[in-house]
Amino acid sequence: MNTLTTSTPLSTYAVRLADDNVVLGQRLGEYISMAPELEEDLAIGNTALDHIGIARFLFTYAGELEGDGRSEDDFAMFRPERAYTNALLVEQPNTDFAHILVRQFFFDAYQVPLWERLMASTDSRLAGIAAKGLKEATYHLRRSSTWVVRLGDGTPESHARTQAAIDGLWRYTVELCSTDNVETTLAEHGIAPMATDLASDWARTVDTVFEEATLTRCADDFQTSGGRIGMHTEYLGHLLAEMQWMQRSYPGLTW
Amino acid sequence: MSYDVPLAPGDEPAEIHADLDRAGWPLWEVFVRAKRGLNHAHVGSLHAPDAETAIQNARDGYTRRAEGVSVWVVRSAEIHASDDADSMFGPFEDKPYRHPTFYEIPDEVGQL
Amino acid sequence: MGTEAGAARFEEIIEADEKIEPRDWMPDGYRSTVIRQMAQHAHSEVIGMQPEANWITRAPTLLRKAILMAKVQDEAGHGLYLYSATETLGVSRDELNELLHTGKQKYSSIFNYPTLSWADMGAIGWLVDGAAIVNQIVLQRTSYGPYSRAMVKICKEESFHARQGYSIMMALANGSDEQKAMAQDAIDRWWWPALMMFGPHDSESPHTEQSMAWKVKRITNDDLRQMFIDQTVPQAHYLGCTIPDDDLEYNEDTGHWAIGEIDWDEFWSTIKGDGRLNRERIAHKTKAWEDGAWVREAATAYAAKRSVSLEASA
Repeated sequence: MNTLTTSTPLSTYAVRLADDNVVLGQRLGEYISMAPELEEDLAIGNTALDHIGIARFLFTYAGELEGDGRSEDDFAMFRPERAYTNALLVEQPNTDFAHILVRQFFFDAYQVPLWERLMASTDSRLAGIAAKGLKEATYHLRRSSTWVVRLGDGTPESHARTQAAIDGLWRYTVELCSTDNVETTLAEHGIAPMATDLASDWARTVDTVFEEATLTRCADDFQTSGGRIGMHTEYLGHLLAEMQWMQRSYPGLTW
Repeated sequence: MSYDVPLAPGDEPAEIHADLDRAGWPLWEVFVRAKRGLNHAHVGSLHAPDAETAIQNARDGYTRRAEGVSVWVVRSAEIHASDDADSMFGPFEDKPYRHPTFYEIPDEVGQL
Repeated sequence: MGTEAGAARFEEIIEADEKIEPRDWMPDGYRSTVIRQMAQHAHSEVIGMQPEANWITRAPTLLRKAILMAKVQDEAGHGLYLYSATETLGVSRDELNELLHTGKQKYSSIFNYPTLSWADMGAIGWLVDGAAIVNQIVLQRTSYGPYSRAMVKICKEESFHARQGYSIMMALANGSDEQKAMAQDAIDRWWWPALMMFGPHDSESPHTEQSMAWKVKRITNDDLRQMFIDQTVPQAHYLGCTIPDDDLEYNEDTGHWAIGEIDWDEFWSTIKGDGRLNRERIAHKTKAWEDGAWVREAATAYAAKRSVSLEASA
């Protein structure tokens, strides 16, 4: 139940996308009951459920592809930090509402073009998941854009906090639209796009919303990455410790 | 999930000021069309700072169980309601000749 | 409508088991009773999010996590419907928040208890939502229209809550010795607080008579409590669990389960604000509200700028 033995580029890719969604879903789950208004708690809940749902579909598919009998919970609950392949952006903490919405916005701006292209995947299962994901991500992007604009062009305080969130999360953005051998292989077979192909869509979405929000890109263009090879920030370990606690404490039981 | 929480001995019931003009996000009424072919029906209200947010909040708050295909949101302050039901609606109660059932047509006459 | 005519019409509507709507004449006492009950019901839903939100990040499976998120989200939604119903009587959400945060309005005592193990998620869904459902099904017939309609909507959603809670208990009851012990421990801690949810004996409850006359309340506290006990005890036995009450006994003649005496000191001290987590629950809610002030202000400021520019271009 720990080391990959029968992974393929496609199963690796499915796990990568699942990891993005399960970690982000977990982060949003931490915030339920803490939102600025009741209506916001409802909205955050919906977003979290969408991400957990997509993660479950993808983990299940990865398990089938491997053929080792790994379940969605085997993936989520029994892999250690170095086996997780989510992008670093999604493991960043819920510092404040601005951070939560900027993190979401950056991720949504990448997810929408990703799912759009994956709908044309030659792998019909992935294409099906992408169709569902696109509907969800389209709404997420609408919502997060709405908030980034209101926070950016709201009060001086909201503007300052939102710019600070952008500046704090900027360094994790290039990783989203970066590619590797796994993708190159899949792209050759028309299974997945190269994430680099998404970069111009991402930039256009971000710049358009920033302009309306009176916000700017971070002046410091330093970038960090490593999530796709399990080289995470120090946050992921704590997140997994909490998420995996029950299964690690009581292995092999039914809940 | 609750019940009528009793007052503890020595507690006074809270004074309510009932002024809807306090600062904060305005109140919006929400109407949902459950499915194609039906009217929008009133389902409740919510608070939102503007129309776009109100629509999103209505979607998240009132349509989670696939209960709608379209939402309308209207500032509560823009809803104008009738009152004095007796004079507004009472006079329509005694004019049964407006209804088809008032008229007895023999069955043999056919479709009427 | 004049007071005399209004009062007569009000009585007529109540007598005919019809609904009082927001713009109808109503006695001041009716108005304040209904406001208080709806508001406290709404506050209960919102505070009620906290004990379960406590376990979202630690749910043992992704499915259980999703279910728990959906449930807590429903509590928020129920709060929304109930605040919405309360606002039909002219009270603002802002004022309601203030009344909650300052302790002037209360919420159901049950949410002042801590969720100490995963089994608590089962116990809460089964016992707490179960008790709420008994109450709420009856409240669908309450006389104030918006409250009644909110209750109908809530009841439709609530039945999944009790079922998912019981399904957690069944999984534990059929599991390892540790899981079984976890389930029993949760029942031991949540049973009596769940019974207290139905409130004091009607003989100790000064509001009951007037609430019943106005058809705000349809069935008495004690009768509702008995309904809950009778339906729930067999469910506990089905799990192979015991109820923590040495005086629990089935009465063949009445067909009801008799229970021991509830600890009313614990009940009243929790109502007064000295339960296990009253301070923490309010602090959590107040912090969320205060931390979010800059967010709400930003959205309001943005909307104001837009309407100014719309007017300017008109």
